[in-house]
Amino acid sequence: MVDILRERERQVYRKGQETSFQLDCEKQSVAGSVSQRACVFCGSRVVLYPIADALHIVHGPIGCASYTWDIRGALSSGPELHRLSFSTDMQEMDIVRGGEKKLYAALCELIDEHHPKAAFVYATCIVGVIGDDVGAVCKRVSMEKGIPVLPVHSDFNLAGETWIIRDYYARMGVQVVSCITGDGRIDEIRRAHGAALNVVQCSGSMTHLAKNLKDKYGIPFIRVSYFGLEDMSKSLYDVARHFGNKEVMQRTQSIVREELDRAMPLLAEYRRALSGKRAAIYVGGAFKAFSLVSALRLLGMKTVMVGSQTGNKEDYEQLRELCDEGTIIADDSNPLELSTFLEEKEVDVFIGGVKERPIAYKLGIGFCDHNHERKEALAGFEGMVNFAREVYGSVMSPVWQLTPRKRAGTLEVVR
Amino acid sequence: MSSPVRITNSAPKPNWVSTRNPCKACAPLGAALVMRGIEGAIPFLHGSQGCATYMRRYLISHFREPMDIASSGFSEASTIFGGGANLHQGLGNVTSQYHPGLIGIATTCLTETIGEDVHGMLHDYREKNPGAENPVLVHVSTPSYSGTHIDGFNNAVRSVVEQLAEAGAGTGAYAGNFVNLFPGMVSTEDLRFLKEVTADFGVPMTLFPDYSETLDGPSMLKYEKIPGGGTPIAALRATPSADASIEFGRTLRTKNTAASFLQEKFAVPAKRIGLPIGVHESDAFFTTMEELTGKPTPGKYNQERGRLVDAYVDGHKYLFGKRAIVFGDEDLVVGLASFLAEIGVVPVLCASGGKSGALTRSIAEVTSHASHCNGKIMVREGIDFMTIAEETALNEFKPDFLIGSSKGAKLARALGVPLIRVGFPIHDRIGGQRILHLGYRGAQRLFDLVVNTLLEVKQDSSSIGYSYL
Repeated sequence: MVDILRERERQVYRKGQETSFQLDCEKQSVAGSVSQRACVFCGSRVVLYPIADALHIVHGPIGCASYTWDIRGALSSGPELHRLSFSTDMQEMDIVRGGEKKLYAALCELIDEHHPKAAFVYATCIVGVIGDDVGAVCKRVSMEKGIPVLPVHSDFNLAGETWIIRDYYARMGVQVVSCITGDGRIDEIRRAHGAALNVVQCSGSMTHLAKNLKDKYGIPFIRVSYFGLEDMSKSLYDVARHFGNKEVMQRTQSIVREELDRAMPLLAEYRRALSGKRAAIYVGGAFKAFSLVSALRLLGMKTVMVGSQTGNKEDYEQLRELCDEGTIIADDSNPLELSTFLEEKEVDVFIGGVKERPIAYKLGIGFCDHNHERKEALAGFEGMVNFAREVYGSVMSPVWQLTPRKRAGTLEVVR
Repeated sequence: MSSPVRITNSAPKPNWVSTRNPCKACAPLGAALVMRGIEGAIPFLHGSQGCATYMRRYLISHFREPMDIASSGFSEASTIFGGGANLHQGLGNVTSQYHPGLIGIATTCLTETIGEDVHGMLHDYREKNPGAENPVLVHVSTPSYSGTHIDGFNNAVRSVVEQLAEAGAGTGAYAGNFVNLFPGMVSTEDLRFLKEVTADFGVPMTLFPDYSETLDGPSMLKYEKIPGGGTPIAALRATPSADASIEFGRTLRTKNTAASFLQEKFAVPAKRIGLPIGVHESDAFFTTMEELTGKPTPGKYNQERGRLVDAYVDGHKYLFGKRAIVFGDEDLVVGLASFLAEIGVVPVLCASGGKSGALTRSIAEVTSHASHCNGKIMVREGIDFMTIAEETALNEFKPDFLIGSSKGAKLARALGVPLIRVGFPIHDRIGGQRILHLGYRGAQRLFDLVVNTLLEVKQDSSSIGYSYL
């Protein structure tokens, strides 16, 4: 059994073991727990990263820029300015004397060189401490250079997923005004307030934005998921229903029918092999986990553990309803807990991000990357087929036969 | 004799304020790696949660192994009121979960800037938590705004030795007749190779750090909270009892090294040599081993040397006058420049994100034997990848290949030349941690790789499609 830290006992739950469900969440990570979370800077860097025609500069010591250089699988159909890493690379004297001058000079030279449509300045934690007025520098450069320069104090086009989804909407006859932030462009984002509907996939930050657009411009929004056959179909139908146009609905029905006809025979094959296998899920935002549980179920697989870095009360309640008895639900987990859950539940495949991968591999367990670094499109109908193929490829690989896990009981295990 | 180095750190034109596509990481990362090379230890960052997560991700993508780094998880409140409480809570939680023998604490830019007295906080923690069952605590100051991951690495090696070394602690196996070896930031395969060499010489060795097993371990049935392997704490306490210390790195700054500390305080003779890459620098290493042990180099290494020189002869025509751009950590760049110069390649640009101030001199030293390089080498410290690209265009370097970390992949693609991946990090290929760079054997692998890479280019770009090359 895992020795869960006392402070974290209420952040782990096993379905069926308690009568009342109250999972603690939205808490600061406990000091000394090796949380899989990053920081506020990381959140904003990851969300804004795909805006391809903007300049992104990190104001701080070099690490924060090095560790976020090109980390996402987000693709662009044109400019690739977002794939360069710019930093003020603050040195000791900048800390002592303040970094405003350096930031100003860096912004000016880079804007002159690259002519971006806008610039984002990411203030790292140390900048707040030394008291740089990043807002004032941004304002000045914005005036001088005539482009928006935005301080960022503090979804996505992974592997070309935005293009798949845009294609569905085009076939339905729905115009996509702006895509935030996958393969995003500054001019599109400035047009965003002219849309008739905001469709929000996945993350908390985008829901927040949609709420703002609703309050300010009166644009209604719906939350959708493009992952898994059911959720993908439902998303398209929800959008079609919103417009109340008979032709749009008919076109949507035929798209869904066509796509399902193509996907189902392929999935049936994977399902035969994967039926009864056990999966664990640990993702950043909990919203993604709902779709994953359903998608795995479609493949005949059972989710025995599910968790997220940042889920809220409603998310976890929804997960609890969705999951089978005995499933472990965990908030803000860490490697020791996760490894224990994998061992205890005899998991066949773990779905997570780069930091979770070595935990699975070390224990001889299959893995599928569902984080923002992946290169394989997992959204849409064809994304579900890709997902099934990847899970199948990992679970069915012969390499596991050689690992201590599979050999336990038949051969003596070294160490 | 004319110097092989033509331009010494001339200011780039234009002189950019910003760093564009960095050729370095930050200091705490190097420190965390060192702490991972101590037996039973866990690295701990005193600072924001994000720092630990980022560095884990960066290291995991290279080593493809679990890499747990704990953190004191700074909040806004700890930034204002101090992080003592967070540090104490964090140390307690890590102790109860991981049961470590040692916790290696590194600071970050945030905690250094607000002036945290980590030494005092650890003193308080020890007073509140007496008892031998508590882990040993060591700490290193690694402000991210000062130096690179290599400086963090070297500072951590020195700090750990400084804080643990005890005169007369060496008993039993550590009473004497052994050497300390501080190799710097090398691969897990390099570490295994060094252990093999000293074992073959019949000399006990304290190799520090040693992450050869902790970051390249076997497939497991149960998850190891702290993987086996690493330099034993008892060995680190006994470093003053060694007959001598060897440290690799021509660009090392004396004040930063563990070997110079042991020499000053405990009169342990320190021997500093270059990273043993290629024949010349490996010769220096084996000669040093002979001097320290009074024993000849075991025959198997002479055979490896003989085969390597034979291979150099076989392949020399494919290489003479070829041009390479070398980038990465300074001492790796020096070792590679030495190797490339001795096989007939011209390392036209030797570049590093580090700024030791000793790179130009070191490159001049190791290439002085190669007249074909005379006046053809540019050396640049504190460089980033976009500046490398600009210098390449400006000076018409026209390289035949690039050699360095995977962060040069974009540049290689833009130039349309191959990148030979060595050093750290290698994020876009498997097995980066298992590359052997050191000794005659390492040079043999590098040599074959360089020649075959060039032959592949020749074969693929020829309309004839040669069968024999």
